[in-house]
Amino acid sequence: MTDDASAINTQHLGFTISPHEECGVEEAVRLIEANRGESVVLTLGPAEAVEQLRDCMALGIDRAIHLRTFGRDWDGETSASALAEAIRDDEAVDGRFDLIFFGNESADSGGFQVGIRVAYALGRPCVTGLKKVTLEGASVRCEQEVEAGRDVYVVPLPAVLTVREGLNLPRYPSVPGRMRARSKPVHVLNPQRPEPRLELVRLAVPAGQGRRAESLGNGADAAPAIVNMLHQAGLV
Amino acid sequence: MTVLLLDDRTELSRQALTLARQFGPTQSIPIDAFQPFAPDALATAIAQQDPTAVFAVGTERGNEVMARVAARMRLPFAANCIEVTPGDPVTVTRLRWGGSLLEEARLHTSRPLISVAPHAVRPDDGPPPEEVTVDRPDDRDLVVRVTEHIQPSNGGVSLAEAKVIVSGGRGVGSKEGFAILEELAGLLGAAVGCSRAVTSAGWRPHSDQVGQTGTKVSPEVYIACGISGATQHMAGLKGAKRILAINSDPQAPLMMNADYTVTGDLKEIVPAISAEIRKRRN
Repeated sequence: MTDDASAINTQHLGFTISPHEECGVEEAVRLIEANRGESVVLTLGPAEAVEQLRDCMALGIDRAIHLRTFGRDWDGETSASALAEAIRDDEAVDGRFDLIFFGNESADSGGFQVGIRVAYALGRPCVTGLKKVTLEGASVRCEQEVEAGRDVYVVPLPAVLTVREGLNLPRYPSVPGRMRARSKPVHVLNPQRPEPRLELVRLAVPAGQGRRAESLGNGADAAPAIVNMLHQAGLV
Repeated sequence: MTVLLLDDRTELSRQALTLARQFGPTQSIPIDAFQPFAPDALATAIAQQDPTAVFAVGTERGNEVMARVAARMRLPFAANCIEVTPGDPVTVTRLRWGGSLLEEARLHTSRPLISVAPHAVRPDDGPPPEEVTVDRPDDRDLVVRVTEHIQPSNGGVSLAEAKVIVSGGRGVGSKEGFAILEELAGLLGAAVGCSRAVTSAGWRPHSDQVGQTGTKVSPEVYIACGISGATQHMAGLKGAKRILAINSDPQAPLMMNADYTVTGDLKEIVPAISAEIRKRRN
């Protein structure tokens, strides 16, 4: 943690794309391979995040937009409004995106809201938590994972989709892909940070879960004690 | 003044209601008010009540509807809170990193939107809230709606609803190594789960993955075989009543965070449990 406990001290840590977003990038690359067109990767983050944008371009994304931040926390509401503005500006020049993918929720903050807020700001339908996406002409068929099976939605394009790990198996970047990524364009923007209305005060490590492990023994000899425990839980 | 609860009619909603009551008398709107599920219609119905605060459970569905309410009403939204204190600003403690860190935050609004992390609040015994009546939705709000439901393909026990889960990690060693876990699961009527290391290796489908980016589970007993217990895996176990860890490394994080541990080779221990169950049943 940093001295003021407002963030994780990342000085000696590496960064990576989160699992949900990695699947979003893979899906975009596959759709463009199958249907032609252009794919763009967009992020809001510190200067170092350009590495992850290059990783995405190494997988086949054509260009990147980097909304650069300078150390202070952006909440879901302020992130979404900056992203929606950047998308609107890009579309004014380069035309409309048919699909915009987001991770279902961020691995760090877990706010569950950025994709939905961007969709509302752009006036587009949004389907969340997707494990399968199929283009059907001017619509997209979406399978959302629920407790018992999947729910299906069919919405018209343009649309915003939030996806989950398991949507696909992301590929690894190839060496030629990495070489090509070096010369692909990254458009850098420096958005103004409004004061977030969800204001992070400090981070803390939670107290232990209160579980105190009881040893049931070592090796196969522990089997009777294990079955006794399962019996007490009403399972055997 | 209306404090609204988005009610999914589960124990989790009673946990959310407990925090909601601090803000005044509560009313509720059922999450199945529109069938099939239509999240924009729900968000509109909630906004039409002109609520002074809205609470929901921090499930996928609950968070989704709340984010739509937030976008529609242009309000901040704090997801997965475990403590909430009314005031100006409202102060909250919420889960980050799947629960491995807590965030203390201030919510600067007179109309807080809050989802409550599952299994984090002890529910009180207050009266149930009165259900509000909702208007017929506008067609515009039905563009996003469920049009079809697909049953789980495996036909087995669903991970999210399983009473017992036999779960394997890297220590299982191979795809074939899961046969002894499948056998034990069959005897217990359990679902088989796994860690992310296992799905990354291609030994099991992602639908079996337990954890922050997989399924969050709440069984009576979770049997973790050869799983080290990364924080992302533990994030999926918050609802587990009892955790039994079987691992050759007594220092593995999961061995420290379990209720019961057995140290040793899972390839000997798991078949011995199956044999013991068979012996007692005969």
